[in-house]
Amino acid sequence: MGNIMLDDSSKPSNRRARTESGKGRALSRRSFMKAGAAIAGAAIGSEVIGAPTIWAQEIKDIELRHVGVSYSVVKAIGDQAAKDLGFKVTMQNLDTSAAINRFITQPNSVDIADLEGWQAKLAAKRGVIQGIEAKKIKEFDNFLPIFTKGELDGHKIPRQGISPYEALYIEKPDSTELHDGVTDWLTNVPQVYNADSLGYRPDLVGHTVTEWKELIDPKFKGKAAILDVPAIGIMDAALCFESAGLIKYGNKGNMTKKEIDFTCDKLIELKKDGQFRATWTTFDQSVELMAAGEVVIESMWSPAVAAVRVKQIPCTYAAMNIKDGKEGYRGWCNGMGLMKHLTGKKLEAAYEYMNWYMSGWQGAFVSRYGYYSPVPSTAQKFMTPAEYAFWYEGKPAPEPVTDPYGVPMEKAGTVRDGGSFVERVTNISCWNTLMDEAAYMNKRWNDFKVA
Amino acid sequence: MTLSRPLVSWLYVSPLMLVLIPFFVLPILVVLVASVFETDGFGSLIPTFTLANYANVLTSGLTFNLYFETVKFTVLTWFFTLILGFFVAYFLVFHVRNQLLAIGLFLICTVPFWTSNIIRMISWIPLLGKEGLINSALLHLGFIHEPLGFLLYSSFAVVVAYVHQLTIFMVVPIFNSMARIDKRVVEAAFDVGASRFDIMRLIIVPLSKSGIALGSIFVVSIVMGDFFVTKVMSGGGSASVVGAFYEDISVLQYPSAAASAVVLTLVLMATISLILRTVDIRKEITR
Repeated sequence: MGNIMLDDSSKPSNRRARTESGKGRALSRRSFMKAGAAIAGAAIGSEVIGAPTIWAQEIKDIELRHVGVSYSVVKAIGDQAAKDLGFKVTMQNLDTSAAINRFITQPNSVDIADLEGWQAKLAAKRGVIQGIEAKKIKEFDNFLPIFTKGELDGHKIPRQGISPYEALYIEKPDSTELHDGVTDWLTNVPQVYNADSLGYRPDLVGHTVTEWKELIDPKFKGKAAILDVPAIGIMDAALCFESAGLIKYGNKGNMTKKEIDFTCDKLIELKKDGQFRATWTTFDQSVELMAAGEVVIESMWSPAVAAVRVKQIPCTYAAMNIKDGKEGYRGWCNGMGLMKHLTGKKLEAAYEYMNWYMSGWQGAFVSRYGYYSPVPSTAQKFMTPAEYAFWYEGKPAPEPVTDPYGVPMEKAGTVRDGGSFVERVTNISCWNTLMDEAAYMNKRWNDFKVA
Repeated sequence: MTLSRPLVSWLYVSPLMLVLIPFFVLPILVVLVASVFETDGFGSLIPTFTLANYANVLTSGLTFNLYFETVKFTVLTWFFTLILGFFVAYFLVFHVRNQLLAIGLFLICTVPFWTSNIIRMISWIPLLGKEGLINSALLHLGFIHEPLGFLLYSSFAVVVAYVHQLTIFMVVPIFNSMARIDKRVVEAAFDVGASRFDIMRLIIVPLSKSGIALGSIFVVSIVMGDFFVTKVMSGGGSASVVGAFYEDISVLQYPSAAASAVVLTLVLMATISLILRTVDIRKEITR
């Protein structure tokens, strides 16, 4: 049969045979094309655009509840994620203490928990989060080694307080203790971090502030404010007292009873002297204090400084490089944790969401009010070269810089306070924390408030 | 067939019981139980029976200071709301002839409560701040040369905010009591030559005692149970009893927060039962 096909294709019998086998070939070709198209489509869909494809229909009904503090869990980010990914993302804001209380007492009401390092330690201990597979996080290898290895350019990051590296790894997906060292399972995926210092009015202060002790300087009596969030305010105070040479702490992030007593007694003394105009708990309050002229120097967070500058009031975020073992920034890092109850499709959606977070849009967004992304390489893709030079490299702005919502903030030529991010991050002296003596510290802090 | 009297009374209160027991009694019992537990510092409750939490709360100097601050605010607020509330009610009852107008004005008093309590409190900040309206006006008029710092982020601001919020709670019960006073008694007193002051002292105040007591109960329990106004208006400079155990919850110290809460509840119950001795509830709600 084969011979006849070869030399005479017009004979009916041959034609039939030809068609049959031709059809057979066509069928297999067609099915091959279909399969190939599907694979190609999936490949294109998941790799290039970043949106789930084959199960797009099923995930439309999924809603992820991302709960956390207002400077990290921003509605605009959630809206963009929903747009890019196809499922609903609801952002809910709570202050730090309310958030950790919610994660621990009502874990089923949250899907993605916004966790600081010390909160990740707590959440793991209480068994409300599940381990995140490092392999499933696409950009994990591009994460700055600060988080994954605890160092940057060979420089070991200080571990006073609970550093994000220390709080990152657990041995198994359901472990309740942190693991010191690299493993395959994470407690959280770091998504935003910064090095905090003091904010001040350069026009009213008159000189550049580079030391924490300026906050407690009698020159600014009645015009200073300090942060009143449990465990964070005391570290700002500790940095001030260490800067003024009054005491040397073993670990500012885990003080002994005696150190706590010293810090709080000194704070009470300052308060009675009238040093502090007020204390603040939410960052809007810090913006109001600075913008309304109530204070000229205070603990501040980066977006607050940005918000004040947007009002055309000069405000500088002090550069506190480590000098003589003193000064340095207070670092913090927020990450996304997966609550234990997530399974199946919702879990898949959660991983998609976390990968989207690391793909750059969010990194660029938070950079515009002074925060950093743990994966600067992807954030860079979504920022103009001018913005990247200003925010990350510490170079003078080649053109006016806007805040995340497009409002112009800085004129061309200004340099980001503190310089490049490498410079700022390597000068972090301690990290936000939960101390062993937290209960005692809380009591003494209440003494300060009552004084 | 008639039901026995006690059973009928129980039936009358059963709807209220059905609401109060699960939503009020049970949570208080949970707090009571939590106050004798221990915690491992990470938010879990270890079921034991320990009075250590109570010992800590009752023997700590901090507790004394906190109660002192809170009671200070309570007394000041009570005093000013009483004065304002009493005179507003007096005006509405005795000086406004038209009954309709009186009720109308009374309703107008409640209009501010149609907005959020918190917004009304926060709106004091731009008014009292160093660059706020009052300071700007005084500076402009030349009465002062530097902005007054004590207007905001001070005890003054806290009391102002509380009085603003709570005067209505005084006005209402006092208005109620005063409206029951038989006007003929007042007229008779006038006729025999009593002065305005005597009438006030001998007739009106004694007869509105119940209203004053009820209003005081509202004001005292609200101020002692509040922490938000104190925290915001004092700029974090003052603490309050509830504020302190809110902070405890922030660091997941549930048992000690529970113990403080129980102590506060007992103190308040004692205070209120003392106030209630001066009130004849039956007279207030019947007639």
